[in-house]
Amino acid sequence: MPTDVKIKKGLKLNLKGEAENSIEQAQKPKTVALRPSNFHSLVPKMVVKEGARLKAGDEILFSKYSDKTRVVSPVSGTLKEIKRGAKRKILDVIIEADDTFEYKDFGIMDPLKTDSSEVKNRIFSTGLGIFLNQRPYNIPANAEDTPKAIYISAYDTAPLTASFEVVLQDKVEHFQTGINALTKLTGGKVYLGVDKNSISFLNDIENVELLTISGPHPAGNVGTLIHETEPMNRGERVWTINPEDVAIIGEQFNTGKFNAERTVVVTGTAAKNRKYFKSIIGAEVSSILKNDYEENSRIISGNVLTGEKIESDSFINFFSNTLTVIPEGNEHRMFGWLPFKDNNIHSASKTSLSWLFPNKKYDVNTNLNGEERALVVTGEMEEVMPLDILPMQLIKACMAGDIEKMENLGIYEVVPEDFALVEYTNTSKIEAQEIIRNGLDIMITEVG
Amino acid sequence: MNWIRQKIDQIKEPFEPGNKLEKYRPAVNALDTFLFVPDHTTKKGAHIRDAVDLKRTMITVVLALIPALIFGMWNAGYQHYTQLGENPAIFEAILHGAYKIVPMIVVSYAVGLGLEFAFAIMRGHEVNEGYLVTGLLIPMIMPVDIPLWMVALSVIFAVLIGKEAFGGTGMNILNPALTARAFAFFAYPTYMSGNKIWVSEASNVDTISGETILGSLAANKEVTYNAAEMFTGVIPGSISETSTLCIAAGALILILTKVADWRIILSGVIGAAAMGLLLNALPSLGVEGNGLTNFAWYNHLIVGGFAFGIVFMATDPVSAAQTMKGKWIYGALIGLTAILIRTLNPAYPEGIMLSILLLNVFAPTIDHYVIQGNIKKRHKRLSMKTVKTA
Repeated sequence: MPTDVKIKKGLKLNLKGEAENSIEQAQKPKTVALRPSNFHSLVPKMVVKEGARLKAGDEILFSKYSDKTRVVSPVSGTLKEIKRGAKRKILDVIIEADDTFEYKDFGIMDPLKTDSSEVKNRIFSTGLGIFLNQRPYNIPANAEDTPKAIYISAYDTAPLTASFEVVLQDKVEHFQTGINALTKLTGGKVYLGVDKNSISFLNDIENVELLTISGPHPAGNVGTLIHETEPMNRGERVWTINPEDVAIIGEQFNTGKFNAERTVVVTGTAAKNRKYFKSIIGAEVSSILKNDYEENSRIISGNVLTGEKIESDSFINFFSNTLTVIPEGNEHRMFGWLPFKDNNIHSASKTSLSWLFPNKKYDVNTNLNGEERALVVTGEMEEVMPLDILPMQLIKACMAGDIEKMENLGIYEVVPEDFALVEYTNTSKIEAQEIIRNGLDIMITEVG
Repeated sequence: MNWIRQKIDQIKEPFEPGNKLEKYRPAVNALDTFLFVPDHTTKKGAHIRDAVDLKRTMITVVLALIPALIFGMWNAGYQHYTQLGENPAIFEAILHGAYKIVPMIVVSYAVGLGLEFAFAIMRGHEVNEGYLVTGLLIPMIMPVDIPLWMVALSVIFAVLIGKEAFGGTGMNILNPALTARAFAFFAYPTYMSGNKIWVSEASNVDTISGETILGSLAANKEVTYNAAEMFTGVIPGSISETSTLCIAAGALILILTKVADWRIILSGVIGAAAMGLLLNALPSLGVEGNGLTNFAWYNHLIVGGFAFGIVFMATDPVSAAQTMKGKWIYGALIGLTAILIRTLNPAYPEGIMLSILLLNVFAPTIDHYVIQGNIKKRHKRLSMKTVKTA
């Protein structure tokens, strides 16, 4: 019997620029990049040098603090360049991809018929462990831990994101194998969140605790699912993983090959060709977007609420399955601060008439719609925070770097994306996600 | 529009970073952003943002104040002419009120915004919009005959001691507008209380006394106004506090736009009504009470500054309680203590000012206990867990 996860607080953002539900094969990228900054707090140690020949699945780098946290090559090819920044920090590891891939053979394994420790060892030694993220802190999972549960959300409630019913439609078998492998990693349950209002093949997945999600964003956030089922306490560890990455793990068990296929959805009003593209993890943006987008627009690896701004000659982030392109909002708006003016811009506040049209779809751009100010208005953060967290108090504790207060107010239960809507609706235009990330970083160094 | 924009950019040129007048940038920006919402874009995180900003929020409060302000001007003129035995036209009355009140507003904004700009330049941050509301509130809660220099002095005290000393907008403990009024009240009591100050130029007229209703009750005099007059506000008092009707219109704007928290207003009214009922019941308990305690509880809600205070001052989000439960407690306590001070302390026939300032001070304490509740839940969950696994 599935468990219902139903929330009331939050915000459903209806935005223009959705993708159509068709999948196309993207052009094969000439280069792909692995970006150590995609794995928060990971200090990379390179295994291979520039010019090295690689098969898909060959180890590229590992974490300075745990050699079981490994990143392997998504393609076969030649390591072209290790881009470094200040203090020789590795920014990008760029690999030139071959036309036809050679795969490292890891051998076939049925996780259900294999011992837990062997499954775990396989996942972490072959670089699949990097797909697992640890809560608290949202950092790569530590192979030494046994999490109390593993969470997968196959229902993204953020605006302009991929539907996993489309992404996973021809990967069901691998997805199931991946789930089977995950069950061997935890003593607890593997939770799978799905859309309550849409019955699909996802409802028939076995060996999971099914959560049927309903309500506005952030209903589908993993943080919400954890909070509604087994809330995090101090000292506990939970792992989370994206649905398509589960399928990658499954495929590696089923076929012995590391097939880093990433189905990327292109969304946003400034993108002209909006659909799903089959590409590869870390592919160059130009191979997916080509030049099919408007000028003066922003390319975001991820969704409009939590993604990262990237350049057109750059690469899609490791975990991203969305490329959003929206117009830049670098223009002045006369008397735009008057109440009830410019109702074509969405506002969760009642000082705009946009609330009268809950089903209207909005055009969005990147304008800040104001300037950053001191925190004055109270009560608005609570409106979009379904977790039992006092958002403003937690933000202030993070700003002050008060460890005891952060812990008391529930810092372990949140990651930056849980504060995305707080950031969106905030009158004072504060960067809530950045503040929470900094708070988490303080906790990592002080508490661990 | 483009040529205006170009002109402004041209004027701003010397203030851009790296140029000569760079440090005066916040002042120029403050003026510019009143014409145009700036072209600033998001950097990371949420790449899109809500249309609301602090300017819009503050302007909404100013809009909500307009009905009470216009009525206040009319009433100032009306009270002035009727004490002389004349019957003024609406326009004439407003004109007299405006003649008295507009200079007060000008002084309040000029002095207050001057200080705000100076602090913004000194501290290198943008000018916050909060003073747009504070600067209008201060004249609205003063007696109509107060000298302009006193307005200026009160504003200086409120901005310097009430706000900037604590770190500026968002950090102040007390409501700045009430700080200004409290300053004037204690520094110049003869201009802030008595029976000659509530009606414009009443001190020039010997025979007539323009006392407030609460003042008359405290002095055990007969009240000659009926409930309708008290509600519409055709009575003497501070400039904009008299009309419960116009204040209710403002409250409606604030509640519908969610700029003010309805919880504070509602719990405040409930608290005041409860205290009023309790005091009204004193005679049946064998206690005699006084003119104020025996004043009907519903009348307490519509005379004096209670309505204005609970709608426009208690709801100031910075100095109020910030948690949801805290707001209920905060509002109710303001209502209770306002009527308590009003009725039982003959030295202060109006209690709302002191009760809001008092609860401003206690708001962080109220919040502290609400927050502890949230923390305890978390600790309990942890200890339950440890018991289970042990």
